[in-house]
Amino acid sequence: MSKFFSSSTMFCLLVGHFFSVQANEFEVRGNIEVQGRFFYEDPAYTSQHDSQLSFAAAPEFFWSWNDDKDSFEFVPSGRVDQYDDERTHMDIRELSWVHVGDDWETRVGVRREFWGVTEFQHLVDIINQTDAVEDVDNEDKLGQPMINLSLVKDWGIVDLYVLPYFRERTFAGPEGRPGIPFVNTNNVLYESSNRENNVDWAVRWAHSIDDLDIGLSWFDGTARVPLFQPNVSPTGQAELLPFYQQISQLGIELQANLEDALWKLEMIRNTNNLKNYWALQGGVEYSQYGVFDSNADLGWLVEYAWDQRGTDIFTTFQNDLFFGTRLALNDVESTEVLFGFSYDFDFNSTSVLLESSRRFGDNFKVSLDARFFESDQLQDPLYFFRRDDHIQLTMQYYY
Amino acid sequence: MKQINKGIAILAISLLASLAVNAGEAEDKGLRISKESKARDEGWTDSKAELEMILKNQHGQTSIRKMRLKSMEQKNDGDKSLTVFDSPKDVKGTSFLSFSHTVGNDDQWLYLPALKRVKRISSRNKSGSFMGSEFSFEDLTSFEVEKYDYLYLRDETFDGEKCWVITQFPLDKNSGYKRRIVWIDQSEYRIRKTEFYDRKDTLLKTLVFTNFHQYLDKYWRSQRFEMVNHQSGKSTILNYTGFEMKTGLNEKSFNKNALKRAR
Repeated sequence: MSKFFSSSTMFCLLVGHFFSVQANEFEVRGNIEVQGRFFYEDPAYTSQHDSQLSFAAAPEFFWSWNDDKDSFEFVPSGRVDQYDDERTHMDIRELSWVHVGDDWETRVGVRREFWGVTEFQHLVDIINQTDAVEDVDNEDKLGQPMINLSLVKDWGIVDLYVLPYFRERTFAGPEGRPGIPFVNTNNVLYESSNRENNVDWAVRWAHSIDDLDIGLSWFDGTARVPLFQPNVSPTGQAELLPFYQQISQLGIELQANLEDALWKLEMIRNTNNLKNYWALQGGVEYSQYGVFDSNADLGWLVEYAWDQRGTDIFTTFQNDLFFGTRLALNDVESTEVLFGFSYDFDFNSTSVLLESSRRFGDNFKVSLDARFFESDQLQDPLYFFRRDDHIQLTMQYYY
Repeated sequence: MKQINKGIAILAISLLASLAVNAGEAEDKGLRISKESKARDEGWTDSKAELEMILKNQHGQTSIRKMRLKSMEQKNDGDKSLTVFDSPKDVKGTSFLSFSHTVGNDDQWLYLPALKRVKRISSRNKSGSFMGSEFSFEDLTSFEVEKYDYLYLRDETFDGEKCWVITQFPLDKNSGYKRRIVWIDQSEYRIRKTEFYDRKDTLLKTLVFTNFHQYLDKYWRSQRFEMVNHQSGKSTILNYTGFEMKTGLNEKSFNKNALKRAR
């Protein structure tokens, strides 16, 4: 992306801040952030750096009319990174019109839609592509063009989706860290001859019965998670090309609130032209309230991930155990600390994350995160991050 | 001597028996008044309000939270409610859907706009703090007769109003309280004050309701709740504004699609 384009879009993103007004019909809000990543080992690849600064903005424009039965939302989002040209990018997270009928709702445009119940991996969640340059946790998603009809019935909510355009996954560039510098996103392979114009579709039924949340979904179209094809570039460099298959995916979500715990299970059955497989992510979340004779809440999480393809394929979570604990002080500043740990039984690799955040005043939020990766087997995707342990400091201003 | 002992024994037994009768009467009276208090508040159908929550720490420093609240009465069950947070800015748009039940656990979901995610909250969170305030989730759910055992204590004047003082014992094992004592005024059956005793039966918090307004010529609502935590020295004030009843909300205003749309 050219520097000129990014600076002009940044200007537009900032303008949102100065038009911050609130009314029933029109509203602007959003946030801007400054982020620094600091690495304390020499990079695995010479193109990478020891620290990386970036600046991001995401204003939200919202209109509603017809007694709130109609609304329109526009959320552009952009980041400028000191070194990584791939992380310097712009996306439209939302640009959609929602119309609410009696027991139905239509949502047309670019949107984000989340499915699922587990915490460490979102297997069932498939509508949106991951914006992987934003963060390594895969929680950020690119906006997906869609026509969505949502029906509210006594027996649950049914969503029907037509997804007319595919979004490629973003990957850090040669100077981005953490990153795999030899993924070539300029040469993407598709199984479908329509490439990114393949029309995908999906349907999901979700219902809550007492302490139970159930979801069943079907997706047909272009896989959001790419496979990688080794290649030699015209200049003789070894590289990996993202390859997007055509797949059908059955998704099953179960969540039960039994006593003090939330039991969670996500399962998928992926059928495709190479190798069909099952995968699951399941576990339990247990919460303690008012710990240490204070208002603080303490949560405990244990999950396990399994993928039938095992180590045959370049996948991070095929036989992995996750452990997490979250402390929310419930103080005025909403201080929170999350510690997470994952262990891969096949590659004996570990990754550790620490996330903490606190509000300052009414508008500022500061997050301090740390990530550690430990891996010594080349077949393990985590191996590429083995030298990328880092601390990340983010300051956000909300308006 | 034996005769005297026997006489004392009979006296003691009859005294105990009369105490038991009194205890039974006190339970009935406590239940009767609490039932009437609830009955007088039935039929409001639905309501909307804006809320300002002022958190005060032990040093007197304050912080303000703003939110909007929609509620709907349910026949033979607890209320449904939808809360949307407006401030602080970083949680703006976060919404909370709650179905409270007379028997069994409440159902609660939180919508996180940044992730577009609806997340179920463990029903165990009853005793957990609501948004860092001195109110716990259970302090803010609707009062249901079936949720407590009752014991009438005494008559007492509070805030110039003659009140019945009643102990309510929560039946839910997940409640953060051993008991609570309520002051219900004799003129309109409004709760004027509640004392909360923690699981160790120590006085934890006092909640005082003031600034009552009557809606639809029937329903009394306090516009100001003040909760003081005696153990931490912190307090929270809830100010209600723009209160409306029978606004035409229906079941569809309280499902997960409505939760995702709330803002």
